[in-house]
Amino acid sequence: MKVRSSVFASFILLFEVIGIALFLRGFFPVPVKSSFSSKSKLSDLPAEPVSGSSPNSSRIPQPLFKRVVIMLVDALREDFVFGPSGRMYMPYTRHLVERGSSHSFVAKARPPTVTMPRIKALTTGSIPGFIDVVMNLNSPALLEDNLIWQAKTAGKRIVFYGDDTWVRLFPKHFMEYDGTTSFFVSDYTEVDNNVTRHLDSTLKRDDWDILILHYLGLDHIGHISGPHSSLVQPKLLEMDDILKKIHSALILKEAEGSLPYLLVLCGDHGMSETGSHGGSSEPEVNTPLVLISPAFKRKVGMEKPQVVEQVDLTSTLALGLGLPISQNNVGHVIPGILEESSLRDQLRFLHLNGHQLSCLLKDSVTDYEKETGYEQFRVAEKAHGSWMKLYLEGNTSEVLTNMGKKVLKQYLEALAAMSSALSRQLGKYDMYSMVAGMILVLQLLLVLLLAMPEALSSAAAVDLPVFSALLSLPFYLLCLLLASVHVLVCTSAESSCYFCSLSWGLVFVAVIFSSALFCIMVSMATRRLPLGAKIHGKTFDYSYQTGLLFYFMFYVLKTSPLRSTGSEWSLSELDLLLLAGTVGHTLSLAASSFVEEEHQTWYFLLSTLCLAVFQDVCRKYFREQSGSGDGDEHLLPSKDCRPSAHPKAEICSEKWLALATPPFILLCCRLLRSLNQTGVQWAHIPDVGHWLNSSEHKTVLSLLAAFCLVLIYLLVQRRCSMVSKVALALGLLGVYSYRAAVGNVLFPWQHSDRTMSKGTVEARFVYVFVLGILFTGTKDLLRSQIITVDAKLKSRGLWEIYSGLVLLVSLLFRAHNLPILCCCLLIQMLMAQFIWKNLHYDAAQTTIMHYWFGQAFFYFQGNSNNIATVDISVGFVGLESYIEAPAIFLTALSTYAGPLLWACHLVCYLSSDTDRSTVAVGHGCYCLALLRSVPAVAYIVLVTSLRYHLFIWSVFSPKLLYESMHLLLTAAMCLFFITMEQSNSSSYTGEHGVFMSHSVNMMLELGS
Amino acid sequence: MWDQEIRAMASTHAIIAASVFMATVLPAVLVPGFSVYGTHLLWLYLVSGAVTATSVAVFWLLGITPPTKKHTLGYKLSRLFRSCLYFFLSCLFFHTVVVLYGAPLIESALETFSLAVLLSSLTTLRCLCVLGPNVQAWIRVFSRHGAMSVWDTCLQITVACTVVGAWVGAFPIPLDWDRPWQVWPVSCSLGAMFGFLTGLVAAPAWIHYHRKQLTYKCK
Repeated sequence: MKVRSSVFASFILLFEVIGIALFLRGFFPVPVKSSFSSKSKLSDLPAEPVSGSSPNSSRIPQPLFKRVVIMLVDALREDFVFGPSGRMYMPYTRHLVERGSSHSFVAKARPPTVTMPRIKALTTGSIPGFIDVVMNLNSPALLEDNLIWQAKTAGKRIVFYGDDTWVRLFPKHFMEYDGTTSFFVSDYTEVDNNVTRHLDSTLKRDDWDILILHYLGLDHIGHISGPHSSLVQPKLLEMDDILKKIHSALILKEAEGSLPYLLVLCGDHGMSETGSHGGSSEPEVNTPLVLISPAFKRKVGMEKPQVVEQVDLTSTLALGLGLPISQNNVGHVIPGILEESSLRDQLRFLHLNGHQLSCLLKDSVTDYEKETGYEQFRVAEKAHGSWMKLYLEGNTSEVLTNMGKKVLKQYLEALAAMSSALSRQLGKYDMYSMVAGMILVLQLLLVLLLAMPEALSSAAAVDLPVFSALLSLPFYLLCLLLASVHVLVCTSAESSCYFCSLSWGLVFVAVIFSSALFCIMVSMATRRLPLGAKIHGKTFDYSYQTGLLFYFMFYVLKTSPLRSTGSEWSLSELDLLLLAGTVGHTLSLAASSFVEEEHQTWYFLLSTLCLAVFQDVCRKYFREQSGSGDGDEHLLPSKDCRPSAHPKAEICSEKWLALATPPFILLCCRLLRSLNQTGVQWAHIPDVGHWLNSSEHKTVLSLLAAFCLVLIYLLVQRRCSMVSKVALALGLLGVYSYRAAVGNVLFPWQHSDRTMSKGTVEARFVYVFVLGILFTGTKDLLRSQIITVDAKLKSRGLWEIYSGLVLLVSLLFRAHNLPILCCCLLIQMLMAQFIWKNLHYDAAQTTIMHYWFGQAFFYFQGNSNNIATVDISVGFVGLESYIEAPAIFLTALSTYAGPLLWACHLVCYLSSDTDRSTVAVGHGCYCLALLRSVPAVAYIVLVTSLRYHLFIWSVFSPKLLYESMHLLLTAAMCLFFITMEQSNSSSYTGEHGVFMSHSVNMMLELGS
Repeated sequence: MWDQEIRAMASTHAIIAASVFMATVLPAVLVPGFSVYGTHLLWLYLVSGAVTATSVAVFWLLGITPPTKKHTLGYKLSRLFRSCLYFFLSCLFFHTVVVLYGAPLIESALETFSLAVLLSSLTTLRCLCVLGPNVQAWIRVFSRHGAMSVWDTCLQITVACTVVGAWVGAFPIPLDWDRPWQVWPVSCSLGAMFGFLTGLVAAPAWIHYHRKQLTYKCK
């Protein structure tokens, strides 16, 4: 079956997307969540178990504490308090830990050890899975059942000072609050003073029940200079003084007869030896937890603090305040806190916690009855019932106390078992789905690679031996084999598996598809091997893999028309660089630092690419000019085909412009990379973007934005029709007024004290023009392809669609990012004018360069391989409220604007170039698919082998999501390529109609 | 004739490599507190100086440098002056390229410039010694198939090795290992140095093994 290479590539990419989706489903454990969307209520609490008699005593347990002060110090490491230097750092706290009435623990935080997930963990008691972080991107407020909500509902008055993450998570929950931003990492005194300044007045007052303080200074110091810097000690002494102040104020306020206070000192996460956090190393995970209350026994000396989970604090606080435990809590109450209350209350508390955990277990584990924790809980509950019966009968003997102690122990064991079963649920990989997805994707990649010589041939069509594969015996044998493997795995699997839970029909289709793919792969390989072996006899003596690599490299070189003109071919430096860069980048993904700092890889490769291009340009112009070497004329295929009638001055100026282009691009890239500092290691370095966004530089930003918009107009309008030009100009004006309405930039006549609006009207105004331009473009395209075959009209239509996209992106980009769009257009124009055409680069080389530029621009925008850098506010541009579909679409578009713009430009460039062979678009599409699937597939294999790596959740999994999203978008791009592929043969005209409708659909989606 | 030239080249390279070695080892023995990482800039300038001195001396003694047409003192002085100017310009060029690659513009300008000096003394200086301050000749040598003598080929190989070495030397910078050799510009200058030494070994060897295939056009 003959397929065009663009169709082939898109088909492969689409199936890769399916394979990766399967892999992702297996890789990301589904978070443990209660299926009820409502929140726990006091009235839903279970009655105290009494065997025999009616549950008459559904008594709500008395709270243990009246007032709670939670002092959360960001990045407080365990050894800052309990370590050998703790006496020096925090003398008062240490005194309380050793001699005061307190309990101290080492609380283990779960990765990702970043502030926001930690706050969520502390308040909900659940462990935010990785997928949660992604799923909750759309809503900043915490909607899950949580401690703060419960406290507010119960009428507790909460006061909060500190990191404004809390204010965003819990809007309207606090009676009084003052949020400080952790925006300027270099500031570590002001952020804390802003918290402490409220303290004196608040502590004097009586109108609050819960006071939460979140100090950020220590974290900032860690980021600046690490845990061993000289700044740490004064900061910790300051924290110690604050704790002393709070403690003495609480002691003063304490009245006889009322319930005692509770003072909690904790950290949200620790810090690593370099001062950063996010991973799962010991110093990042271990945080101190000190509970101080007169209700506790006085300590007599330093004990080794017990290890608890961070989430245990949630249930402890909930019970201590007499609140219902939040639904998704997986922690269990810390037994030490309860020791002073009566045995009946202790059992009651444990029962409540156990009941909540067992409910969650029932919801999240299919065969919960088999869990040991659940069984133990049932047993303990029964024993509790009989104990209660005896107790209510007035029995007060020694036996009863002993029995009660035994029940207590049973409860604690059950709680621990259930809690660990629930947390285990979070960290389990569904290996079978992962492997199934991986095999599928690997097969697809191999087929893609094997088809390379045909796909890049001058026919640009791939001959897939589908029918011979379907009729062969091995195909049926493989089907049988895979089906039996599936049955075997699914019947023996003890854990839940997504692939097994799919319906049989779907699985059967997958099995058939996979085995057919395998047969196709083998028959293609046998078809190629003799050819390859003949030329490259030696390389195939090595293992199959290296052979394949050589084969791959050989064909990349062979199929480039440049070098296959002569019988001998040689590697040009540029080809070597493009190949080495692609392979090197793929290999670099195995190192976590290179994933974190991937932008550095791309900037580095891009600079080298520019220099290599510069060398090519120099070689062409200087050698030609000197004319001394007639021998190198055959090396440079650039036979000067332009007529000699050309005025000499024009050639000369063109030469200098071409020579100036690569250095200019280098300069642009250098400027752009200082615009947004991304990554991890150097992310704290102040960048131009921050400088522009600060309020005192608003005028500069306004001027810059205006200048960029004008430049964008000048660059884009050249190829558009009159109507589109006007629409574009109005649209760009609209963009500026939108930015002015939102408050980013200024109008010269506008006073800065104008109230800010959401700019909905302005944004919608721009959307209208975007749709209009896209519509004219589509109309031109349709006319050129269906009614009259007119290349000029088609190219105009394509450019119009491109300019519509540019307009949309300029609306979505933040004002300080507009120079990026500007430079993108400028570089595209210069490269197209002077480099790609003049130096006769072929489609494959042009595609690789476009891809590299696209990747670099992705990072120029300020993106990184961390989910946190996704700008979600884009989803609200022009919308009154959050609507899911457009918000996701807009966010994806603005995040991947760089790669998309470059891919779009590739389509426009390749198809508008009339002197190029007609198959260029097919080649480009194939190369793009290959360039995207090689790193994606390699990354999947890497992640599978690194799944127990320390940084799997903090570094590798976000990157996996980025890779999959990029693959999806590239698949969509390739569909666009198909529609644009010129084909002169009439056999495809019928198909064209179908593909056009496809493209129209896609564009409509783009527009909406 | 071939063997003689290759032998001369090998011994020249051995002398230069020895000077690099001495510039590293001698201060380490004599000067207290000297280390390649700790006092990196000192090491860097020492090595640059040593390579400069030995190259100039050796190439002058060997008489590779193209003969001057005029023997007047003024002409020689102007050649010397131009050589110095080219050397300085090449330092500036390397500095610019390194900054364009992403080195901080102001913060560690001295380190960046030192790296540029090292790169210049490993590459440009050799060009000056072999080809003289003649831009046309440089362009010829560095375009494809432009070599016209064994020394030209040798120059191509060493320069390419040095530059690629410095390029490869930038790879470990983003790794979070916190080693002393990851500090800017230690890894790059070490890379350049190792590349240069590799080039010194590789050039005579490569020429020796390919002496049958090598044919040079005469002017």
